[in-house]
Amino acid sequence: MAECHPVGFQWVVEAKARGATVIHVDPRFTRTSALADLHVPLRAGSDIVFLGGIINYVLANEKYFRDYVVAYTNAAVILSEDFADTEDLDGVFAGLDAEGHHYDKSAWSYQGAMVRAAAGSRGTPYDLTGRGTSAAAGLPQVAESLEHPRSVFQILKRHFARYTPEAVEQACGVPPETFARICELLTSNSGRDRTTAVVYSVGWTQHTVGVQYVRTAAILQALLGNMGRPGGGILALRGHASIQGSTDIPTLFDLLPGYLPMPDAGKHQDLDAYIGDIAMTKGFWANSRAYMVSLLKAYWGPAATAENGFCFDYLPRLTGDHSTYVTVLEQLNGRCKGYFLFGQNPAVGSANTRMQRLGMANLDWLVVRDMTMIESATWWQNGPELETGEMRTEDIKTEVFFLPAAAHTEKAGSFTNTQRMLQWHHEAVPPAEDARSDLWFTYHLGRRIREKLAASTDETDRPVLDLTWDYPVHGPLAEPSAEAVLAEINGWDADGQPLSGFAQLKDDGSTVCGCWIYSGCYAGGVNQTARRKPGSQQSWVAPEWGWAWPANRRILYNRASADPDGKPWSERKAYVWWDPEAGKWTGHDVPDFPATRPPSYRPADGATGVDALSGIDAFIMQNDGKAWLYAPAGLADGPLPTHYEPQESPFPNLLYGQQRNPIREIIRHKENPLQPSGGEPGSSVYPYVATTYRLTEHHTAGGMSRTLPYLSELQPEFFCEVSPELAAERGLAHMGWATIITARTAVEARVLVTSRVRTLTVGGRQLHQVGLPYHWGPNGLVTGDAANELASLSLDPNVHIQEVKAMACDIRPGRRPRGPALRGLVREYHQRAGITEETGTEVRDER
Amino acid sequence: MSADPAGLAGYLEHPPRMGFFTDTSICIGCKACEVACKEWNAVPEDGLSLTGMSYDNTVGLGASTWRHVAFIEQPVSAVGDGAEGVRWLMSSDVCKHCTEAACLDVCPTGALFRTEFGTVVVQDDVCNGCGYCVPACPFGVIARREEDGQAHKCTLCYDRLGAGMEPACAKACPTDSIQFGPLDELRERARGRVEDLRAAGQDQAQLYLNDPDDGIGGGGAFFLLLDQPEVYGLPPDPVVTTRDLPEMWRHVAIAAAGLAATAVALGLGRRK
Amino acid sequence: MRAVKRSGRRYALAGLAVRTGPDATTAESRGVPVPVRRGNGAHRRRRGEQPMVPEAEFSSYYGRPVIKEPVWRTPDVPGYFFLGGLAGASSVLAAGAQLSGYRKLARVGKVGALGAISLSTVALIHDLGRPGRFANMLRVFKPSSPMSVGSWLLAAYGPVAGAAAVSEVTGILPGAGLAATLGAGLLGPGVATYTAALICDTAVPAWHEGHREMPYVFAGSAASAAGGLGLLAVHPAEAEPARDLAVLGATVELIAKRQLLARLGDLAEPYETGTTGAILRVAEFLTAGALAGAVLGGRSRAVSALSGASLIAASAMTRFGIFEAGMASARDPKYTIVAQRRRRDGRGMN
Repeated sequence: MAECHPVGFQWVVEAKARGATVIHVDPRFTRTSALADLHVPLRAGSDIVFLGGIINYVLANEKYFRDYVVAYTNAAVILSEDFADTEDLDGVFAGLDAEGHHYDKSAWSYQGAMVRAAAGSRGTPYDLTGRGTSAAAGLPQVAESLEHPRSVFQILKRHFARYTPEAVEQACGVPPETFARICELLTSNSGRDRTTAVVYSVGWTQHTVGVQYVRTAAILQALLGNMGRPGGGILALRGHASIQGSTDIPTLFDLLPGYLPMPDAGKHQDLDAYIGDIAMTKGFWANSRAYMVSLLKAYWGPAATAENGFCFDYLPRLTGDHSTYVTVLEQLNGRCKGYFLFGQNPAVGSANTRMQRLGMANLDWLVVRDMTMIESATWWQNGPELETGEMRTEDIKTEVFFLPAAAHTEKAGSFTNTQRMLQWHHEAVPPAEDARSDLWFTYHLGRRIREKLAASTDETDRPVLDLTWDYPVHGPLAEPSAEAVLAEINGWDADGQPLSGFAQLKDDGSTVCGCWIYSGCYAGGVNQTARRKPGSQQSWVAPEWGWAWPANRRILYNRASADPDGKPWSERKAYVWWDPEAGKWTGHDVPDFPATRPPSYRPADGATGVDALSGIDAFIMQNDGKAWLYAPAGLADGPLPTHYEPQESPFPNLLYGQQRNPIREIIRHKENPLQPSGGEPGSSVYPYVATTYRLTEHHTAGGMSRTLPYLSELQPEFFCEVSPELAAERGLAHMGWATIITARTAVEARVLVTSRVRTLTVGGRQLHQVGLPYHWGPNGLVTGDAANELASLSLDPNVHIQEVKAMACDIRPGRRPRGPALRGLVREYHQRAGITEETGTEVRDER
Repeated sequence: MSADPAGLAGYLEHPPRMGFFTDTSICIGCKACEVACKEWNAVPEDGLSLTGMSYDNTVGLGASTWRHVAFIEQPVSAVGDGAEGVRWLMSSDVCKHCTEAACLDVCPTGALFRTEFGTVVVQDDVCNGCGYCVPACPFGVIARREEDGQAHKCTLCYDRLGAGMEPACAKACPTDSIQFGPLDELRERARGRVEDLRAAGQDQAQLYLNDPDDGIGGGGAFFLLLDQPEVYGLPPDPVVTTRDLPEMWRHVAIAAAGLAATAVALGLGRRK
Repeated sequence: MRAVKRSGRRYALAGLAVRTGPDATTAESRGVPVPVRRGNGAHRRRRGEQPMVPEAEFSSYYGRPVIKEPVWRTPDVPGYFFLGGLAGASSVLAAGAQLSGYRKLARVGKVGALGAISLSTVALIHDLGRPGRFANMLRVFKPSSPMSVGSWLLAAYGPVAGAAAVSEVTGILPGAGLAATLGAGLLGPGVATYTAALICDTAVPAWHEGHREMPYVFAGSAASAAGGLGLLAVHPAEAEPARDLAVLGATVELIAKRQLLARLGDLAEPYETGTTGAILRVAEFLTAGALAGAVLGGRSRAVSALSGASLIAASAMTRFGIFEAGMASARDPKYTIVAQRRRRDGRGMN
């Protein structure tokens, strides 16, 4: 956190000054570790074992917060008899199909009830035949004693029983004494009087089991009673200032604003089918129709009417996986002909950068908008493929446009940070010369296209022509008003009055709202996100700084900070509580619960929507109002986290016969060769574990830092970090050169030999890890090879994120070969490792 | 009570003495101080090369580096598991704005002067680059910039102080490792902080240059270190060279007098 | 508007209280032990011998220097020390020779002084980072800065030495010329010795710790060079004052240098090792040899000239050697750290 969020890290330092214990679990020893009370190095890719081990400890030693678990989690729910766990099937769950690459999740359901995941299913294969899933029905059976053998609680215990301290030592390289200390620290600091916070970032997400990493932490925090409580919870650190915003108002292919799913061509023929599929019977997702209709009204205004399903048909539909890496495949096979890159540099920042460039070389046109001349705009001139002779500039037919972009100081807008907080930024100076904001570009591009299409009678042009595209513009550049866009996101009612929250949204077309979770950010016509009342002038929750969604609530699910009777679990940790005299919830934050619903409320039979939430359904967005220790729906690869080895690993799975995540997304392509792993022959050709990461001094792919002298001089060269033992083993010299090789390619880096990289004992042998900061590329003041050249396209199946945090590699002293000899080296390794088209694509491994 | 260098320099009325307390125990090595300083003062980039000195590619203070973050990796035996661990010390170094400032004392043009805040500043339009200040500084802070032939160093953001603002580095520092304020207050705060650290088991924690009775009269910028000063590249017991100057002049006078007497003796001695 | 009065810092000369700060005392008088001497007083370490005191262990920051070495360039600055000393002492010689009737010698002294000081001035201005601003040296007069004192000395001495030489060579205004000669003779010693304070008034360990002896080394070296110039340029029969000055200077220099090294203890190492050590040893040898030659050479022109040349060469080598020794002591952190650590530990601090 200190490396990538130094400003945010001041709060950790402050907490430490007030007596908090800071534990840093990371294969690297970073600037965070320097200030932590305890640093725990572990093998990259083994965190599920580590966290699972803690869960096992908590369950076996009865350190869970029982009252919380019984009231607020689904621990007591009984599972269907069809369910079979990884304990029964050696590393996979019931419902795995014959190819072993997809689960039928009906085997995972609660006894007597089908439960929907909040906002749709992840990783569902797109079904063009039109079969839909059945509506959620029934009530789950529960056993409050938690003793029922098919209760979630007992299943959990059984599932994690093999995640012992010995397993942690073997798989993670964490010694038992250290592990015991962590378990003790966490459990003694959780409960009524104390809470523990978990903070993570891409070290957890960028794996083929990335989502399950976070799930494991969620289970742990729910067992310890830390969710929804001050000083508790799970904080996801993001990679960019507004990447939270980029999922809220999404730039993701499978989402609409506010986490409404993008419609599917097969399942969602019309608005009713769509709502029927996504709405839930219970909780706030029951109002999905209001959210969706208000969004459609924001898009198409008067053209969207009840008769035409509010222009639902105008929306694009998913016909498959359109994620970024699949898009690259479509570029390679010629189906994707054009590409817009807005502040994105895949030639350095994405996994398997080589494939990114080969894909772009196959486009008809490419538009790059950025502040500096990034590698994704110049690969045709100076990319590595020119050096190896695989590409020649004169043969590349892609027409590349580069449009300079304004920086965030040159335009108004908002950032949404990891705390769901929107903060407005004002234009400090106008953009220089031809640089323009993304808002300007998008708006005027749309305006010009609409002008060109204005006379068209073609029905396929209606979605563009019927758009509400009337934002006011100002200034000599005709810059669209960002505040007007914010106001539209906030929404207004039939009288044009700004909404104060999503509770006002209607499904009859009388409300407009660009993003239901953001509704309220412009309440009263005031830009709430621009508020900057200093912390010293308000409560410790500081609600008047910026605006957090939803409803300016700062901690989600804060109902769980009070007990089932509505009293805080302790005075010390009081946050939100029931005031019986006033008949409402009150406290330090906006209560995340229906305001006047008493703790004693139990819904009548047949109640639906928000009315179906009982007084103790703290997790109001879940279909059953509970925190899910066990996830019956929503995830592609299992209701419970299971340790699988990374796609490429020098180790066999020490816990199961199933080596890797059977549902992981494998991109089969000759430019994406995969390495043998574990006990397979040839695995020892790539014997070390590599992990990519950032340094404070640079920013992601370097476009915003390697072009600046003041940052470039702080970290001028691409280096790899290795332990003294690895240096001795491979003959690497401090400040010398090393070549790091994977099946994709080889890169060169300067060598930093440091004791901060610890040699671990894993699976009975020494493991060396290689640290690779990934900031460099061929452009800028300081240049170097890009670490992501090494990475394969192996993706988490739920969110399609690339696995770059645990790879297998070899390392040798000296610089890499130049020209065609580079490919020669890579091929030589392929031969030694016996790599074929099939290598690494296995899904189901039997012991 | 700290000395009053501004008063000694002749200011009749002046604001309280301002300075830095750098608490290196909470430095996260982010180098925001280095960048903020260069941005505010338009100091040029001064070297794009990897040094291998841990994460320190800045190397040291100089004419074009006025804040320098040091990184020191030290082996320590870890608690409990018996394995070796690492301690990573990080510290932002800066001009000490000494109470008794050798650079100021030796400057022949008067380019270096004491400000009303008690800080030491070089006047860029006076300095003729004689370079005398460079070896005079016991900390190796001030240096001559090749591009313009003049001496440059931290000004404690004299222009910002005049506007009632804190220096750029202090403002940028996210953890408040760099604290700016009246020197007396900072010294008081630092005393409490080092006691807290010692009580928590950090027995090598020490204050450096906070003592008005030390060899430079105490620093306008002082530090909380977690190890010996020399580990950070700082002199263990710096003494301003001017303390010995009276004795130097004495011997110079005697030697010169001796030479002059020789002239007399030669003149009065044997005749041609 | 704040009223500001700059009164400047006032320094009295040696012996009186000096306002440099709250507690201006030397390190020694504060009860701090002087640097440890190696071996016993008379024993000097020769090349290849093991030091009696083992190398001290110390920490540093990646072996980097603690202080910054001077930016002064070779040959400009050590050349100036040599030429300035030669000039100042030559003026002394010229004055004495003039008064005692050694006219040829006086002429050599005056012309030599002007020549040397002119070259010196060029070297000094050339060494500035902003040569165009050399006149800023006379913006203030700061006794706390040997360079300031020296600049004023030179500003006075230069024209005076020039007048003396011009008058001598052209014959114009002999009365003024005599006054100038005497004036130069009075200022000359200052010019020849202030540079010792200049280099010692720094943090450079090999210079600063030698600050008690250095003025005598410089004075002696200057005198021997000036005397040497006389011996070289003038027949011994007419150069007796030169010989006297040379003998006195050489003797003082040899003794003062030995005292310097003895006091420096561990810090003598840069003076005694490497190329610098070799140069200084050769210089000492030449000085001793020339001393003998001057004393015993009688009326031999050849011996006299050789002695003179040797003294001049030795004086130059000595200045360059001292300069390089200082630079080396600035570059290696051990010279700063070890002695200071010892001092600090000695006070019972951690």
